[in-house]
Amino acid sequence: MSDKNNMTLNLKIWRQEGANVKGSIVDYRLEGVSPDMSFLEMLDLLNENLINQGQDPVAFDHDCREGICGMCSLMINGQAHGPERETTTCQLHMRKFKDGDTIVIEPWRAKAFPLHKDLMVDRSAFDDIMSAGGYVNVSTGNAQDANSILIGKDKAELAMDAASCIGCAACVASCKNASAMLFVSAKVSQLALLPQGQEEASTRVQNMVSKMDDLGFGNCTNEAECEAQCPKGIKISNISRMNREYLKASVTAHH
Amino acid sequence: MSKKIDGNVPQGPIEELWDKHRFKMKLVNPANKRKFKIIIVGTGLAGASAASTLAELGYEIDSFCIQDSPRRAHSIAAQGGINAAKNYPNDGDSVWRLFYDTVKGGDYRAREANVYRLAQVANNIIDQCAAQGVPFARDYGGTLANRSFGGAQVSRTFYARGQTGQQLLLGAYSSMMKEVNKGKIKVHTRQEMVELVLVDGKARGIITRNIITGEFEKHSGDAVLLCTGGYGNVYFLSTNAMTSNSSAAWKAYKKGAYFANPCYTQIHPTCIPVHGENQSKLTLMSESLRNDGRVWVPKAKADERKAADIPDEERDYYLERKYPSFGNLVPRDVASRNGKQAVDEGKGVGATKVAVFLDFRDAIKRDGLDTIKEKYGNLFDMYNRITDEDPYSVPMRIYPAVHYTMGGLWVDYHLQTSIPGCFCLGEANFSDHGANRLGASALMQGLADGYFVIPYTLGNYLVTEKPDQNKIDTDHPEFETSLKSAKDRFNKLLGINGGRSVDSFHKELGQYMWEYVGMARNEAGLKTGIKKIAELRAKFWKDVKVTGTNDGINIELEKANRVADFLELGELMARDALERPESCGGHFREESQTDENEALRQDDNFCHVAAWEYTGDNKEPNRNVEELDFPNVPLTQRSYK
Repeated sequence: MSDKNNMTLNLKIWRQEGANVKGSIVDYRLEGVSPDMSFLEMLDLLNENLINQGQDPVAFDHDCREGICGMCSLMINGQAHGPERETTTCQLHMRKFKDGDTIVIEPWRAKAFPLHKDLMVDRSAFDDIMSAGGYVNVSTGNAQDANSILIGKDKAELAMDAASCIGCAACVASCKNASAMLFVSAKVSQLALLPQGQEEASTRVQNMVSKMDDLGFGNCTNEAECEAQCPKGIKISNISRMNREYLKASVTAHH
Repeated sequence: MSKKIDGNVPQGPIEELWDKHRFKMKLVNPANKRKFKIIIVGTGLAGASAASTLAELGYEIDSFCIQDSPRRAHSIAAQGGINAAKNYPNDGDSVWRLFYDTVKGGDYRAREANVYRLAQVANNIIDQCAAQGVPFARDYGGTLANRSFGGAQVSRTFYARGQTGQQLLLGAYSSMMKEVNKGKIKVHTRQEMVELVLVDGKARGIITRNIITGEFEKHSGDAVLLCTGGYGNVYFLSTNAMTSNSSAAWKAYKKGAYFANPCYTQIHPTCIPVHGENQSKLTLMSESLRNDGRVWVPKAKADERKAADIPDEERDYYLERKYPSFGNLVPRDVASRNGKQAVDEGKGVGATKVAVFLDFRDAIKRDGLDTIKEKYGNLFDMYNRITDEDPYSVPMRIYPAVHYTMGGLWVDYHLQTSIPGCFCLGEANFSDHGANRLGASALMQGLADGYFVIPYTLGNYLVTEKPDQNKIDTDHPEFETSLKSAKDRFNKLLGINGGRSVDSFHKELGQYMWEYVGMARNEAGLKTGIKKIAELRAKFWKDVKVTGTNDGINIELEKANRVADFLELGELMARDALERPESCGGHFREESQTDENEALRQDDNFCHVAAWEYTGDNKEPNRNVEELDFPNVPLTQRSYK
């Protein structure tokens, strides 16, 4: 690169008007991309050009652009959130690409995530799984002094590792089975590790897993693609923990 | 026509106010609660905590958010922590001290009674969040860890790594999901409020636009809670999320809710500097970094050397030099202004010269690399990803950016706006931070309003409503009128078909706001700003280009609707700043400063809240006034020397 602003990219972007309309890959040539731009700022630039030509801009989800809200998505050259490890699309920068690169951009694809438009999909299935048990049943006002619950530092750190999940669904998108096990296990693990979550541990894991199955997510076959592509580094050891919790719940359940 | 308005604060000793008032307020019979439907707009800390708590009490809740899930509201991005006066570290904290610090930090422009209540319930928030399974940082013995945070001399900040907002929001969101499962909360995602509906002068519903289908929907209820966050995006570049907007609050303003102190904005000192003109937003680095990082610029102007090549005696650690007792921990407005001053003097660093250093060299030397990594690892990684520089070996470059807005809809002690039945919680209201918010106080206020204040004050309002005789449904003509006015507005935006994109207008507005209504303001600049914003607004309605139609997803149309409101709000902000010729907290008028360039308040004339009342499009709004008095925290000049 001689000039800071001279990257030209060949974009291949999935365009689809709506869930019931056929979609296809459309080619765009984009000039003037700066290496300091984020990936989404690059798409902003494309959209600004499209608008100025009177064309419909590409729809994609995004919000905080700080890598924490979990709203952004995108399969970039076949990888969820693109090539950088532990990085969301909004935090991916164009300096990771080269002048003249071809970049293929597609939406998350899973049966449980119907497509809205272009690169936007409906992930409300994750809310459904959460409402099946991803919480501690404690009403406001019930709580004792926070220090009456002691939690060892190591355990607290493990729970925090699991709690870091941003619910972006990269795990589902990158899994050949479209399994949501990493997402579900992160919440199950966080609450199973903490004393607050013990009372409902059995029903929680059973209800969340059953909801996950009902919604059409696949099963885990230990490919570990989810861990490799998780922008928050959630470990598949959480899936093992969830399986143990599930087994424990099954054998101790009152019938 | 300016009116005197009253915050409805109960009388008595401040320590007893809230407890006694809670007893005095009327209760809704448990069997009647299910007959009331409450509309809650926004699912950040305030909206989510209110939704879950009111559902637990038995009310029927309709919750609305703009994102695809309530968990994504922008509270999620708060990094640093949440304050409470637990005094676990035994370092001299108390409810009174948290109250005192917050009033003083707000530069005596907040209502004492609200702030005291906030400090009181802060401890309950920590308990509640811990019980929900929020993984707060712990010490080895298993107790909660604390750290000190911008502007405080005690360690009262609770945190969950650099993701405190995320963890608190996920706690409140999970509480919501618990009530969704019970059928008490109905969540409407990807919906944007486009009108507030009043019947007989009371808030009785909203009109929303479904972002996916483009359809307009009518929703009725017995009260409306606006928990829609701040309006920092009026500056185009800010640390707010892309969809953060002022439109819900602005609709309420146009229906008669007063807008208080719109000029009080917080410019956060530790953001990653702007890289270029295609930048879409700014990223904040938690100010917890100022606990260990040292802020400096080269003593010489236009010093082109690398940081490592500049010896200590040629560095100006200006915060430590000017404020020996607070040093790098001075409040945000003080740190920001000093940063800007250094850059204005030509001592800025980095390629753009619009930045100062935040240096961890000495902390790494003192505590070791591992300790610094453990404390700030994720923040350092984020910085590295964005800038491609390694902050462990070269100092970070930081610069102030718009972060939080202390102004917002005026509310009384009950969090009710000047429209009966319309309440406003969290950042969207004006109430507790005065002219400047202290670090780790935003999360505290959002959750205090939702978990511990509104459950009491809302009941007190509803008890006067008769749920059986007084039901309003969406066939009421007022809903039709509001629906029509919303549709007309969107059609008008689509019909302009001009030559400029929405973003180009938003960026131009942002430039005027930053230049004339930014960190330092003066009369001439504000007058120019008002004129330019009005001209830009006129141009917008003639020349904006909104592609697409009203059917289905149309992001340009969504943006155009929000920017149209920003173009009005921006002018009100400038007008408010002009009519407040004093400096206070985040509002700095160059005409009113001490010999040492600190903010100089004019308590004789401006110890009040300015609550603006809409009087019609392109008409001057009324500036109503709520007087403030400070019997408990005597007015003094803030000094962080």
